[in-house]
Amino acid sequence: MTPARTWARLLFAQWRESRARIAVTVLALALGTAMASAIHLVNRSALDEFEQAARRLAGEADLVVRGSPPGFPEALFAGVARLDGVAIASPVLELTVDGLTVVGLDPFRAAGVQPALFGELAGNLRDFFEPDGIFLSAAAAGQRQLRTGDRMDVLAGTTTRQLRVLGLLDANAYPRPLGVMDIAAAQWQFDRLGLLTRIDVRLEEGASTATVRAAIEALLPAGVVVMTPAIDSQRVASATRAYRTNLGMLALVAVLTGAFLVLTAQALSVLRRRGSLALLRALGVTRRELGRLLVAEGVVVGAIGAAIGVGLGQVIAYWTLRALAGDLGAGQLAVPGGTLAAKPLTWLIFIVTGALVAGLAAWLPAREAAARPPALALKSGDVDAGPAAARPFRVAFALIAAGAGLAFMPSVYGLPLFGYASIAALLFGGVLLVPSVAQGLLRAAPATRAAPLSLAVAQLRGAPAQASLGLAAIIVSFSLMVAMAIMVHSFRESFIDWLDTVLPADMQLRLQQGGNTAALGEREQAVIARQDGVSRAEFRRVVPLLLRPEAAPVTLIAADIDAHTAAQRLAILHAAPLPAGGETAPPVWVSEAMTDLYGVQAGAPLALPLAGREAVFRVAGVYREYGRSGGAVVIPRATYVAATGDRAVNEASLWLARGADPAAVARDLRAALALGDALQLRTTTEVRERSLANFDRAFIVTYALEAIAVLIGLLGVGVTAAATAFARRAEFGMLRHVGLLRRELALMLAGEGLLMSAIGVVFALALGGVLSLVLVYVVNRQSFLWSIDLAIPRLQLALLALALICAAAITTVVSGRAALGGDAVRAVREDW
Amino acid sequence: MHGTRQRALLEVEGLSRRYREDRPPVLAGIDLSLAADEYLAIMGESGVGKSTLLNLIAGLDRPDAGTIRLDGVDITALDDEGATLLRRRQMGFVFQAFHVLPYLTVAQNVALPLDLLGVAAQERAARVAQMLEAVGLAGFAARHPRELSGGELQRVAIARSLVHRPRLVLADEPTGNLDPRTAAQVLALLREQIHANGGAGILITHSVTAARSADRTLALTAHGLVPLPATP
Ligand SMILES: Nc1ncnc2c1ncn2[C@@H]1O[C@H](COP(=O)(O)OP(=O)(O)OP(=O)(O)O)[C@@H](O)[C@H]1O
Ligand SMILES: [Mg+2]
Repeated sequence: MTPARTWARLLFAQWRESRARIAVTVLALALGTAMASAIHLVNRSALDEFEQAARRLAGEADLVVRGSPPGFPEALFAGVARLDGVAIASPVLELTVDGLTVVGLDPFRAAGVQPALFGELAGNLRDFFEPDGIFLSAAAAGQRQLRTGDRMDVLAGTTTRQLRVLGLLDANAYPRPLGVMDIAAAQWQFDRLGLLTRIDVRLEEGASTATVRAAIEALLPAGVVVMTPAIDSQRVASATRAYRTNLGMLALVAVLTGAFLVLTAQALSVLRRRGSLALLRALGVTRRELGRLLVAEGVVVGAIGAAIGVGLGQVIAYWTLRALAGDLGAGQLAVPGGTLAAKPLTWLIFIVTGALVAGLAAWLPAREAAARPPALALKSGDVDAGPAAARPFRVAFALIAAGAGLAFMPSVYGLPLFGYASIAALLFGGVLLVPSVAQGLLRAAPATRAAPLSLAVAQLRGAPAQASLGLAAIIVSFSLMVAMAIMVHSFRESFIDWLDTVLPADMQLRLQQGGNTAALGEREQAVIARQDGVSRAEFRRVVPLLLRPEAAPVTLIAADIDAHTAAQRLAILHAAPLPAGGETAPPVWVSEAMTDLYGVQAGAPLALPLAGREAVFRVAGVYREYGRSGGAVVIPRATYVAATGDRAVNEASLWLARGADPAAVARDLRAALALGDALQLRTTTEVRERSLANFDRAFIVTYALEAIAVLIGLLGVGVTAAATAFARRAEFGMLRHVGLLRRELALMLAGEGLLMSAIGVVFALALGGVLSLVLVYVVNRQSFLWSIDLAIPRLQLALLALALICAAAITTVVSGRAALGGDAVRAVREDW
Repeated sequence: MHGTRQRALLEVEGLSRRYREDRPPVLAGIDLSLAADEYLAIMGESGVGKSTLLNLIAGLDRPDAGTIRLDGVDITALDDEGATLLRRRQMGFVFQAFHVLPYLTVAQNVALPLDLLGVAAQERAARVAQMLEAVGLAGFAARHPRELSGGELQRVAIARSLVHRPRLVLADEPTGNLDPRTAAQVLALLREQIHANGGAGILITHSVTAARSADRTLALTAHGLVPLPATP
């Protein structure tokens, strides 16, 4: 046997002695990996499903021509189909009807572009041309509990149409809810005669994509774009950005908490074994060999823990997909039939990462243990001299400076990656400062006459590194929780302020969701305005507008607004002063997202494609908009009507006459308009309450996962307390001999726990405050593209902190009690 | 001789302790009487029950039969709290493995029993200084245990065991971890300080040389405690 193997055997033989320690390290890693991998798997499988769906819809198209609803004239299709190099051009009308995506297709042409989708329909092509027929995907039929032959009511304009379910598409053909109709039937049923929203293009063999693309571009009116399907599916990613940001943050919490718990466990284990490690050094193991052995130990433990965690994560992900239908609270990525694919490569990546993290966690204390002269380490009382002596100020400050610098970097592909890096750097830097901060605070601790308490303070003063280590995981998880709580609270407060601005009237009227087929004509508008009890009505036309192929459409809001009333209706952030010579172009107001996504600035001109023509406007101001993350443009309705001739509306704010009863007005309006369920009429108070309830629901899973992270942190406190108490058995035994009562010992432990957790929690509050600045001003701003004002939930944080201090102190006492109950006689017999 | 003339401080009668039912008792019917200023050494083979006896006397363990009276108070009748408080006031301990708290300075370690008794700061400082002086560690007050040698650590332990002027000092092989020269110095110091304190002491040891530092020596055998003639 080589010497290295002998030493390795010696080292691993210690595992049997410290089963609990190994178990905790493995558990910490397993939990961290499980959380991170479960979040990743759920997220991935949801996104995969969306991408697959997008790919199925795009089929084998090489190019896609796309315009904003209501659509572009059919004539364009003939032009595109005739171009050289175009093999098949397939016209498509895409609609959202009562929340269901419906595509109108020409089956003969579509069969050449989307064979996967149309293989299914080949059998009953004759039915397909029924003017009221629709095919539903299995998901859509399941959602609405419909079967072949059933009738379904849908809203078109302001009238209800009845469609017949002709058949169902297999779940393999299309995984998400979808309705498919003949294009002519769809145009007729939904009042879109002569309009298309998309043309799928397949090129002839050997035709150059660039050439054909240029030829198509030459034909396109303003607002219609041509793109490759790859870019098309990217829109899915950008539409779910907020959701993924939330998940990203949670994954960060999981990974960092797990990593710190591992660091804690490893460092403690090296500290604890200093004596036996020094013995190995004394027996002739070189510094290098010892360091390598400890790292190897960390890697092995890490791989085992991560492997267990990946298995656990798979189970959690499976359960989550089933129970929550893949919706982690944001409501954007719900996958009804979500399935979980086995992904060995992903598993491997998680296991390797876990092993590396644990190896790294072992490397730091290992370096120190190896550097410690064995003669010193072999002596009793050396337990804590190391880490406290080598206070890593320089590293801490370098990390904090780096974290501050990273906070000023821009986003990467719409994700605040530097923001996350900044948070991680600040956290690590902050945690490295804990021993010094703890020592400083303990030095300031007042002297007490109660012997157990002064012993507690003395013990902590003497061994701050060890105590701080135990706090690392809880500091990390709690400071992240504090930061998240501050961000969510800030967001909520800003959201409430915003609601107050944008909901000025007494009632809000809206046509049921999926607004692109439903609208109120001039007759209905007159009915509303003249209704008894309504003193004033402001109407809005809300339509999506495609400005750039790779981006989601922005929302165009035509409202009764002008330069004088803008500040009352919108939460204006920057207003551009009127140019000296009066208005140069009609004014529009843009949401903050427009400045990030399209580089629009207050005072600058903005070109918008309206009814196929470019019209130039002047940006009169930038306003805050929480309702539409893809960007919104508010335009005076008169301007909109003049440019498009579209006089329909789909939203209204109603002011009631003095003394009018909202319920009665709503009832009368429903009767007068006869729109049935399509008409959504709510008092402003109700809208506010619903919005807030939705807001709060979106963060429930966030809070739950954070609570788990904090529990893992508490586990770290308990482990450290138990390990420390075990190591101090002899000390407790001696104190019992000298005449310390059992409850005085418990008091001493509780004092230590309380002091240390108070220091940790207060430190975490401060650190969390700093991190919240990065979250509010960097991560939130870059991922949601809207700003929020910092607001601190003082009471909530105070209560949380108090509860955590108590929980940590109790954990300390409970974990330490095993050692207290121990045999004082046995404990003093040997020098442990 | 010395001890038997005076009123006894410690009276042990018919003391028995059995750890396991399937084994004979470790101690059976032990009697012992110790005068208030007497320093006794107990010798015996390994495993014969010396430490067991000491633990019973300290109230750290409970006998199956018999009584232990310290100044007329039956320790075996006290509950854990009562026995602990008795130890705090009346007893001092010296261990084989020193057991000096690593996170306290030498002076703080010595002051520990006074802290527990709530002695005022001034008097405490004076007594600690006096005690450190007495054990020859006057310049060591602010040092930490890891900067001390084994012999010095045991002096700290002796100072701690006597600083609150206990009536009885119990020392279980206090020189087991020390070289013979240092051991001799420590034993002499222990004897001197126990006598200077005016209290009693029990020293448990394997070494005949060590036993000679005491006033009287008993041997613990399977038949109980039997006197060993002090060899001059
Ligand atoms: N907690 C216990 N449970 C069971 N048996 C015990 C226990 N403690 C001691 N013994 C046994 O009791 C006997 C006496 O032990 P004790 O420690 O009193 O011996 P000792 O005379 O102090 O020996 P040494 O000189 O080696 O220290 C031994 O045989 C020992 O195995
Ligand atoms: Mg013994």
